[in-house]
Amino acid sequence: MIHVRGLTKTFGTAEAVRGIDVDVSAGEIVGFLGPNGAGKTTTLRMLTTLLRPTSGTATVAGADLFADPVAVRRRIGYVAQGGAFGPFTPVGDELVLQARLHGLSRAEARARVTSLLAALDLAGVEERTTVMLSGGQKRRLDIAMGLLHRPGLLFLDEPTTGLDPQSRANLWDHIRRLRERDGVTVFLTTHYLEEADALCDRILIIDHGRIVAEGTPDRLKAEHGARTLDEVFLAVTGRELREGAAA
Amino acid sequence: MTALAVLTGHYLRTSFGSKVSLAFGAVQPFLFLVLFGPLFARSGVGSWAVLVPGLLVQLALTSAGMAGFGIVFDQRFGVLERLRVAPVSPVTLLLGRVLRDSLVLLVQAVAIIVAGYALGLRAPLPGVLAALLLMTVLSVGMASLSYAAALTMRQELFAPVMSTVVVPLMLLSGALLPMSLAPAWLDVVSRLTPFRYAVEGLRALFSGSYGASAVLWGVVVSLALAIGGLALGANRFRWEKA
Ligand SMILES: Nc1ncnc2c1ncn2[C@@H]1O[C@H](COP(=O)(O)OP(=O)(O)OP(=O)(O)O)[C@@H](O)[C@H]1O
Ligand SMILES: [Mg+2]
Repeated sequence: MIHVRGLTKTFGTAEAVRGIDVDVSAGEIVGFLGPNGAGKTTTLRMLTTLLRPTSGTATVAGADLFADPVAVRRRIGYVAQGGAFGPFTPVGDELVLQARLHGLSRAEARARVTSLLAALDLAGVEERTTVMLSGGQKRRLDIAMGLLHRPGLLFLDEPTTGLDPQSRANLWDHIRRLRERDGVTVFLTTHYLEEADALCDRILIIDHGRIVAEGTPDRLKAEHGARTLDEVFLAVTGRELREGAAA
Repeated sequence: MTALAVLTGHYLRTSFGSKVSLAFGAVQPFLFLVLFGPLFARSGVGSWAVLVPGLLVQLALTSAGMAGFGIVFDQRFGVLERLRVAPVSPVTLLLGRVLRDSLVLLVQAVAIIVAGYALGLRAPLPGVLAALLLMTVLSVGMASLSYAAALTMRQELFAPVMSTVVVPLMLLSGALLPMSLAPAWLDVVSRLTPFRYAVEGLRALFSGSYGASAVLWGVVVSLALAIGGLALGANRFRWEKA
């Protein structure tokens, strides 16, 4: 589903992503973890055709990222870390627009928006603007936006940040159902490591633009003699900081 | 094609949903028409058929020129990024907005022309229609360039920079007073700016001289601006190279 080799991104002189290899198979739920500024969002923005990589190759959802970005976009859904709604337009209009850009008819788009909003516990918010919604409600709207066209591959950048425990559990169920029922592949970032442990088949940890650990949650814990993913995370990240302090 | 229709429709609904801001866009040229027009018409410089085309170019410059302001918000709130992950070409994303801007402008221009008639403007209908078409081409170029600028410069700079840039372009176009009155140096500088040709083309059309070389120049320069603007603007909707 995702095959990445030697992907890098340099902003000016800052190397945000320093040559990563990533392979994700169809139907996997993969957690992409790492400290703030590690390069998670940058990687996701490259794989979703938003940001041109400095070097490397990538096939995403069966299409070459460089040769056929439109095919990539047709097959993926992306929930950005920063949200997707402006403050002035009714959210229903924005959702219908996005669905129609993915080729749904007006009637299909309306029906899809209604059912998806209901599934995310947001029934009836169509006429509102985001100003009238809570932070967690807005976040769930962002997620709805990414799911509209039933993509086979989902990129979720910190989807559960700001959600209450109820909504979070609801989203996990939703993601699991998408995988069971539709075989959807999910590549998500999160700073909640219990969440990654509970939800993900496999974990990638990135630090300073490099993949520093990879494996199933259980194998990672076993390898590092850790009881939780938090301990694994602390053991494998921030190495440069610690070595710098020791020197 | 459907994507373009969907996008344009969405933006039109947003714009025409707010009748107040739609009307506000035409207030400035309308004020010029009512408060400056009578003066101009009696000054011996030219008739209403000279002033009104100038006001249309002024309108195109200021309203299409500031079009990019809207996208600054879309960029800040992640709306633009979300649209860029949809399977739609960069040109479509740009054209959806630009067509809306041009249609809004067209409605405002018709209002100005009708008001002009009430005040004493006399111009042949085919000339007026051709002039509206030419103004639309011009506004496509101007709006595209405005979006390109908005997506290139730092967000907080866009409004002050663009509203400043528009002033010399407007003055140099001869929209308010024909450049035939200008001293030689000003005339030369004016010829280096594109809107001079648009103004003179529109004036020729309003006076019914369809075969005048001014019309040809107006069409050529406006088309070049539209094509160049679209190419530049669409490029800014492609993936970020930064
Ligand atoms: N547009 C940009 N221009 C310059 N530097 C950038 C840009 N975007 C990101 N960076 C830098 O690249 C590095 C990686 O940022 P990125 O947003 O990918 O981190 P992240 O892993 O998503 O962090 P977080 O957990 O805080 O969201 C950071 O050092 C950041 O400052
Ligand atoms: Mg991030």
